[in-house]
Amino acid sequence: MNDVKCECGHVNPHGTVLCEACGKVLDEQEKNKKELLDMRYEGSARRSQTYNKTIIDKIWNFFSSVKVGVWIIIVILVASTLGTILPQEMYINLPADVYYEQEYGWFGKLYYQLGLHDLYGSWWYLLLIAMLGTSLVICSLDRVVPLYKALKAQRVTRHEGFLKRQRVFGINDNVDESDLNAIKKHLKERRYHVREENGDLLAEKGRFSRWGPYVNHIGLIIFLFGGMLRFIPGFYVNENLWVKEGETAVVPETSEQFYLQNNQFILQHYDKDKDKTFEKAIEEAGEVVKNYQSNVVLYKRVSDNLPGEKPKLEKVKEYKVRVNHPLTFEGYSVFQSSYRSELKAMTFFLTNKTTNQSFGELKIDLEDPQAKYDLGNGYSVEILNYFPDFEFNKDGEPTTKSRVPNNPAFVFKMVTPDIPKGETSFVAIKQTIEPFGDNQFKMAFKGIDTKNVSGFTVRKDSSLWAIILGGIIFMIGVIQGAYWNHRRIWVQNKNGQVWIAAHTNKNWYGIKKEIETILTDTKLDIPDDQLQLENSDKGGV
Amino acid sequence: MATLSSNLLFIAFILYLVATLFYGGSIKTKNEQNGTNRWGKIAVFLTIVGFVSQLGYFITRWIAAGHAPVSNMFEFTTFFGMALVGAFIVIYFIYRTTLLGLFTMPVAILVIAYASMFPKEITPLIPALQSYWLHIHVTTAAMGEAILAISFAAGLIYLVKAIDQTKSTKQTFWLEMVMFSLVTVLGFVVVSSVFSGMGYHEKFNWIDKHDATAVMEYTMPAITGPNEGELLTKGGYSPLVEMPAFINAKKLNTVIWSLMGGLVLYGLIRTILRKRIAAALKPLVKNIKLDFVDEISYRSVLIGFPVFTLGALIFAMIWAQMAWSRFWGWDPKEVWALITWLFYAAFLHLRLSKGWHGEKSAWLAVIGFVIIMFNLVAVNLVIAGLHSYAG
Ligand code: HEM
Repeated sequence: MNDVKCECGHVNPHGTVLCEACGKVLDEQEKNKKELLDMRYEGSARRSQTYNKTIIDKIWNFFSSVKVGVWIIIVILVASTLGTILPQEMYINLPADVYYEQEYGWFGKLYYQLGLHDLYGSWWYLLLIAMLGTSLVICSLDRVVPLYKALKAQRVTRHEGFLKRQRVFGINDNVDESDLNAIKKHLKERRYHVREENGDLLAEKGRFSRWGPYVNHIGLIIFLFGGMLRFIPGFYVNENLWVKEGETAVVPETSEQFYLQNNQFILQHYDKDKDKTFEKAIEEAGEVVKNYQSNVVLYKRVSDNLPGEKPKLEKVKEYKVRVNHPLTFEGYSVFQSSYRSELKAMTFFLTNKTTNQSFGELKIDLEDPQAKYDLGNGYSVEILNYFPDFEFNKDGEPTTKSRVPNNPAFVFKMVTPDIPKGETSFVAIKQTIEPFGDNQFKMAFKGIDTKNVSGFTVRKDSSLWAIILGGIIFMIGVIQGAYWNHRRIWVQNKNGQVWIAAHTNKNWYGIKKEIETILTDTKLDIPDDQLQLENSDKGGV
Repeated sequence: MATLSSNLLFIAFILYLVATLFYGGSIKTKNEQNGTNRWGKIAVFLTIVGFVSQLGYFITRWIAAGHAPVSNMFEFTTFFGMALVGAFIVIYFIYRTTLLGLFTMPVAILVIAYASMFPKEITPLIPALQSYWLHIHVTTAAMGEAILAISFAAGLIYLVKAIDQTKSTKQTFWLEMVMFSLVTVLGFVVVSSVFSGMGYHEKFNWIDKHDATAVMEYTMPAITGPNEGELLTKGGYSPLVEMPAFINAKKLNTVIWSLMGGLVLYGLIRTILRKRIAAALKPLVKNIKLDFVDEISYRSVLIGFPVFTLGALIFAMIWAQMAWSRFWGWDPKEVWALITWLFYAAFLHLRLSKGWHGEKSAWLAVIGFVIIMFNLVAVNLVIAGLHSYAG
């Protein structure tokens, strides 16, 4: 486990393949081979290539391998496709155990039983993502420090073996000073950073692009970290809020700090006569919604939160909440997400069943019905019982499911001069029961008033900053690595000759073209691409 | 404005066709050595004029509609075709090879022809789609996909050149499958145009999976009929087989017709050529160097990947956050964008760290394009996500 001292004097960490400073091949066995050098990570000592004893070494080596990393990516890719075969649980509106079998038969049942209906939330999918994250962290750590050291320590003058075994390499016998000056000039024109040492040249550009992958991996790690934050309670709020027109409701999860008043819900359709351009499309599609909007007022409570006391509210702002235009305040966002209409009032006529004559009209506010409606001339109607959301319970008795007037039903007592002691009638939507025999009068249904209820989604996502930061860093890194590349050209004196060698981390065609321009007007030959000579273009015949 | 717009698109289409012929000519004539020859110059010129004309289509349609025309299948796919031509022009000016044009332009032409089989009316935007971010997202994503598609074209050149056509192997089979798929798209276009030219229509009453009666209208003779379908049109063609309710019989019918069209066309081409399409293309690519096209293919992925990430993931997340209050929702369209992205990430790793150059890399470029097309065609038409707001 000792450091290795190269003949050039540089001390390399244990495991180094190519001397960080001069590039000499340190591993003796390696030296005998004639092959081109493997220049990935500059032949520097990586933990994963050096240690393989303890269990930690093994785990480290597993996750730092690109092969493993690619496999993880591929497995996630394939797994993800499975979730798109049938709709996921969050997009269906029936209980999952019913829905899949009902809609897709045996296949749906199997899909559900395998748990594919909630694939992206399943433990094994999350585990795969966690493995990806681990792999990203470890593989980056494994490489970045050694790579940094190797790039930093490199000397201008390189070892013969290093130059000879570069992919682009050439030897020139008669070169004079003016050639070298021309080369230097051309290199500088092409924005190379040229270093010189005893007449040897190292021209380098785009080194920063080498950090691209590491920057983008860091971005990804931050992004995944942001995704993890969601599991912390309070970091992520996602609630539905229904507010009727004209009413005010507490915004959930704001510790009763904020109140939202819904003044009006607006639903607009495209009008094919007004929007002429869309005439044909609208005719084909029927109605097309143009706008969902709730005009709201946001209030903040200024009094203390005392139970039973009416809170004092202060107006914060008015806003028109539309799709794509949420109301935002103090980290919360209120989105227009749906709507429904609810019954508000019902109107009846008190009618004589035989003559069909009507003795007045009553309008019942379904949220606050009166006990008695006096219609004058001795006619009146009492409400003996009211079931806003009517159903028969197990014992066959009428009850109400909720306070919401989804299915209102009434027990009326109709008092008339003809029958002063009154007749009783049970009235629900589409049915009338006369419990004490045939009545002379009935409550004839006239109509309903409805009111709109806006459905909002209230969100707070305190992990958003990490997601955004991760995204930005990822983009910077990926552009850095993809739109630039790291090119190096060595022009050095060896044995009275001038050797030229070049390396790039990608786009060899580009660097070869560039070398051609750099060597124009000099006596130097264009260096060979040794890789291509080796397996010379087999299809090029 | 709308008429002007469609005329400009038509002009662009014709110019692309003519340009392709000139690309062909530029390969046949000698002296590729000293840069692009006369034929090639004309071809590039026509391509640019066509591109400008299509840009004109895009702008005028935007003005007519009041929103960027990328909101339905026709508009989006046409835009993708335009982006493909644009991406080619950019790559052309980096690498100056007209051969790439010969392979890219037919793909772009097919894409635009395919697009025009969809309803072309200007559609109004439902509320969720009324967002700048949506338009930025869709256009950037399409540009990214287009640049990635160039890597497919280059990969195809590589494979046509590198694969030995003298004996039949797995490689020759799959390469020919790629060619056949391209021909099938043409088959779809031809069959649809013929039937719509004839004004073919027939209607069925049928029972959907919720046991409700509905009407389905066919624009091609029914081979596969809907569940318990009852033909309403006199003289209509009665289906050969009836499909169960959960299968969309109409779409399946279109697929079958397109495949038949593709088979017939392919058969014709084979009888004329008397060899595989890929083998017939081989002489065209004889002057190009393998490592050169390999680099074009890789470079396109390098350029396209960041654009794709930005458009298909990041801008998509911003829009989703605005429209649905969550930046990611595992909707099929989103998942397939993620899959595409993961695939190209794997591609880059295999290439950079595992040294997958040349033929392997070319195959990966082909697979990548297949995934992009799957997302564009199958996910839109078959797996239909929730990319439309409930309403
Ligand atoms: C979805 C996840 C990932 C994405 C999007 C991603 C993205 C990238 C990109 C864009 C590059 C640059 C490639 C090029 O310039 O050609 C890169 C390089 C690299 N990635 Fe990843 N990566 C991911 C996961 C991983 C994982 C899990 C590993 C771990 C094994 C890994 C290891 C590497 C390595 C070793 C490099 C090359 C670095 C170098 O040569 O300096 N990546 N990655």
